[in-house]
Amino acid sequence: MSHATTASHDDLHAAPPRGLSRWLFTTNHKDIGTLYLLFSLLMFLVGGTMALVVRAELFQPGLQFVDPLFFNQMTTMHALIMIFGAVMPAFTGLANWLIPMMIGAPDMALPRMNNWSFWILPFAFTLLLSTLFMEGGAPAGGWTMYAPLSVQGPPSIDFLILAIHMMGISSIMGAINVIATILNLRAPGVTLMKMPLFVWTWLITAYLLIAVMPVLAGVVTMTLTDRHFGTSFFDAAGGGDPILFQHIFWFFGHPEVYILILPAFGIISQIIPTFARKPLFGYSSMVYATASIAFLSFIVWAHHMFTVGMPVAGQLFFMYSTMLIAVPTGVKVFNWVATMWRGAMTFETPMLFAIAFVFLFTIGGFSGLMLAIAPADYQYHDTYFVVAHFHYVLVPGAVFSIMAAAYFWLPKWTGHQYNETLGKIHFWLSAISVNITFFPQHFLGLAGMPRRIPDYSLQFAGFNEISSVGAFLFGLSQLLFVYIVIKTIRGGEPATAQVWEGARGLEWTVPSPAPYHTFATAPDNKAMSAAGMLPAAEAGH
Amino acid sequence: MMLSASFRQLAVWMGVIALSPAVYAQTEYAVNFQTPVTETAQQVYQLHMLIFWICVAIGAVVFSVMLISIVLHRKSKGVQPAQFHESTTVEILWTLVPFAILISMAIPATKTLIAMADTANSDMSIKITASQFKWQYDYLNEEVSLISALATPREQIFEAADKSEHYLLEVDNPVVLPTNTRIRFLLTAADVIHAWWVPALGLKKDAVPGFINEMWTKIDQPGIYRGQCAELCGANHGFMPIVLDVRSPEDYQSWVAERQAAKAAELAALAANKEWSLDELNQRGEKIFLANCAVCHQATGQGMPPAFPALNGSPMVTQQEPIAQIEQVLKGKNAMPSFAASLNDLDIAAVITYTKNAWDNHTGTVVQPSAVAAAR
Ligand code: HEC
Ligand SMILES: [Cu+2]
Ligand SMILES: [Cu+2]
Repeated sequence: MSHATTASHDDLHAAPPRGLSRWLFTTNHKDIGTLYLLFSLLMFLVGGTMALVVRAELFQPGLQFVDPLFFNQMTTMHALIMIFGAVMPAFTGLANWLIPMMIGAPDMALPRMNNWSFWILPFAFTLLLSTLFMEGGAPAGGWTMYAPLSVQGPPSIDFLILAIHMMGISSIMGAINVIATILNLRAPGVTLMKMPLFVWTWLITAYLLIAVMPVLAGVVTMTLTDRHFGTSFFDAAGGGDPILFQHIFWFFGHPEVYILILPAFGIISQIIPTFARKPLFGYSSMVYATASIAFLSFIVWAHHMFTVGMPVAGQLFFMYSTMLIAVPTGVKVFNWVATMWRGAMTFETPMLFAIAFVFLFTIGGFSGLMLAIAPADYQYHDTYFVVAHFHYVLVPGAVFSIMAAAYFWLPKWTGHQYNETLGKIHFWLSAISVNITFFPQHFLGLAGMPRRIPDYSLQFAGFNEISSVGAFLFGLSQLLFVYIVIKTIRGGEPATAQVWEGARGLEWTVPSPAPYHTFATAPDNKAMSAAGMLPAAEAGH
Repeated sequence: MMLSASFRQLAVWMGVIALSPAVYAQTEYAVNFQTPVTETAQQVYQLHMLIFWICVAIGAVVFSVMLISIVLHRKSKGVQPAQFHESTTVEILWTLVPFAILISMAIPATKTLIAMADTANSDMSIKITASQFKWQYDYLNEEVSLISALATPREQIFEAADKSEHYLLEVDNPVVLPTNTRIRFLLTAADVIHAWWVPALGLKKDAVPGFINEMWTKIDQPGIYRGQCAELCGANHGFMPIVLDVRSPEDYQSWVAERQAAKAAELAALAANKEWSLDELNQRGEKIFLANCAVCHQATGQGMPPAFPALNGSPMVTQQEPIAQIEQVLKGKNAMPSFAASLNDLDIAAVITYTKNAWDNHTGTVVQPSAVAAAR
């Protein structure tokens, strides 16, 4: 008995094994977090290259580089890779690295499953990317895979369906792990309402994932049986309905957009108080706002479908419910602004990204509110206005939050301070070029340019040219990010445990780089009080 | 071929950073909706501007507070951070005020939505059938039909010719409509989902196979209005324009009369078993080919093997006996759709005659409509 205890004790303090097997067989939350983050960075570059193919073709009217079918493959694959390969794994990677450290847990609750959830992903995406080389080409019916277009599509659609099943299993296992960890492994004293907001937003995201990934799995399976096994769920000729596909898809799809943004809200809520040196204005209202957004996200799905011919009552319901989301979203933005108000701010790279997030995500929120208004949406729907909208919430939204997080926690992960000047250059290049890319797309959409077209009429030439220039600038700027990350991993000024003057939270109480195993024993009072998790009296203020 | 064109283009691309002067002259840098030409479109435009200005106002407040904070509340100015947080009053306020603003948007939106959905009391109805990649319009009251497809030549798309003024927004047969008439559209599709969108009318709706959607309009001003398919419908989704030629009711009536007379003459000729000349059929056939067949078999007749076979030099096309080809077009085969419903005997005879004489297929064979009628 005592022998066994010693063994596991030694185990815990062992240095990580060396070589490939460390990464293949790892059950360590930090290793798995790193794997997720690196994988996500790779996919970000692959998906970004596809976006550049799209923008190159759209630089001028006429077809110069690719044929229309390949163009559609690029838009479709770009979206699938960015959503499922870049943004979602990045958040899961952050969850792995940070949640155990933030709640004072030794690891994730289900470490072997954790290994598996990651290692499914490279296979899923190899499968997906292999479709580019198949006869008939990669999926080209849009990432939304609408029936009947995708039901009639080439064999690559079947591979896409299989890949989605794999990604879905990976996400669900990841989500189960997050929930099990947060609910069971919090250190004594870390009550739910003391958890950092990043942990809260991830807890809620994990529930969303478990609720809707099976719905996506269902709808793609129905597509599969329509394609090969004689069902006609989505075929009117067999008594089905193509619009049913859209209802099921968006029942997954709308919560999915919150899966892509709630963790970002959490990150921003960690960073702004740190650099404003002032507590988050309304912690509990942030928690409640997150929960209400998550709830509302289940009853707004048909705002993606105002033009399909729904009854007026249905359109009104979805219009009103969608407008309601503006309230909790507003609460979040107001909270961040109120946190900055009368703080003592400094503007290191993570803070710059966080502030840009608040500005630009809010612009995306405004266009979202406009899209909620059904009669106006008839004009905006399926145009570049929508493209501008969701890129504003996803690029300077989700992606900027991930960049902010990377700069914020990189010193903790690597033990090295990144180069602040380079970080700021990266920020300004990204922030300027992202606007050059996406702002003109609002104009294009309003003036009448549909989305998902490889060529356009001459009046749209000017803004498309500007947008393409911006896209290439943005794309190239990200190479600087890759350089900074590699450079920081390999060396740099040593980081302190605290890293940032205003940082609060258990992860800042462990040394930098964070040891391979942290919180093998629960954090003591000193750590708890440094993390601001002890009531004032106990902490001795 | 595609690749060498790309390299040529790449050279051009690197040479000129700016747009070519011709394109530049056409660029509009329009930042807002096209001028609305119906009452509904006008309402939608006003609604759009209302929400836009509300967003601008909220943005101005929020962003000013942020900017002030960024300028004043920085550590470099030596300020001490305040430690305030949580204020129920403030939090209730910033929940209720947005709620009230939302209601002020919802009221006009609801009114407009209900008005747009009311398709009753229309003066005429047009059924629109979308298919890859063209629009068929059936005027239900006048018994007039037309098929409308992209008219921009391939050379313009592939940079082998200068682009025309209405590049990609021009069709072979525009839809002629009367002003000041309440028109109801019935919308459906033959293959996949498409969406019919003309921005100046403020109308966009999906065309769903197996279902019929409705929408209505009443256009105030005569003119040419252009739009496009708005729902991804396949490779050539970007090449499916819509052109409306809106005329005064009198001009519209005379157009209808003209169409009906032409159709009657055609029917009479068919009934009389008129022998059509090679030239007549070729001329007609070329248009039909470009509108119906060129998406797959290409205007050059080269097709896109292996998916779409070449018709140029195809044994089935060049053989003397046309029956196999008539069957192919009437019944379709695998990925090739049937044209029995969308084309009449004369059209099918014309398109087949055309393919038998176009490109390198100088067969001199003429296929008469009677041969198609016999094969049906
Ligand atoms: C949606 C794409 C599509 C369209 C539109 C289309 N075809 Fe085809 N066509 C095909 C395909 C695919 C085949 C080969 C069918 C097979 O044998 O499996 C084909 C075969 C043919 C053949 C036989 C060629 C051979 O050598 O075997 C002829 C003739 C033909 N098409 C004529 C036409 C004409 C005339 C039209 C216009 C009225 C037309 N097609 C429109 C896809 C199309
Ligand atoms: Cu949504
Ligand atoms: Cu289309």
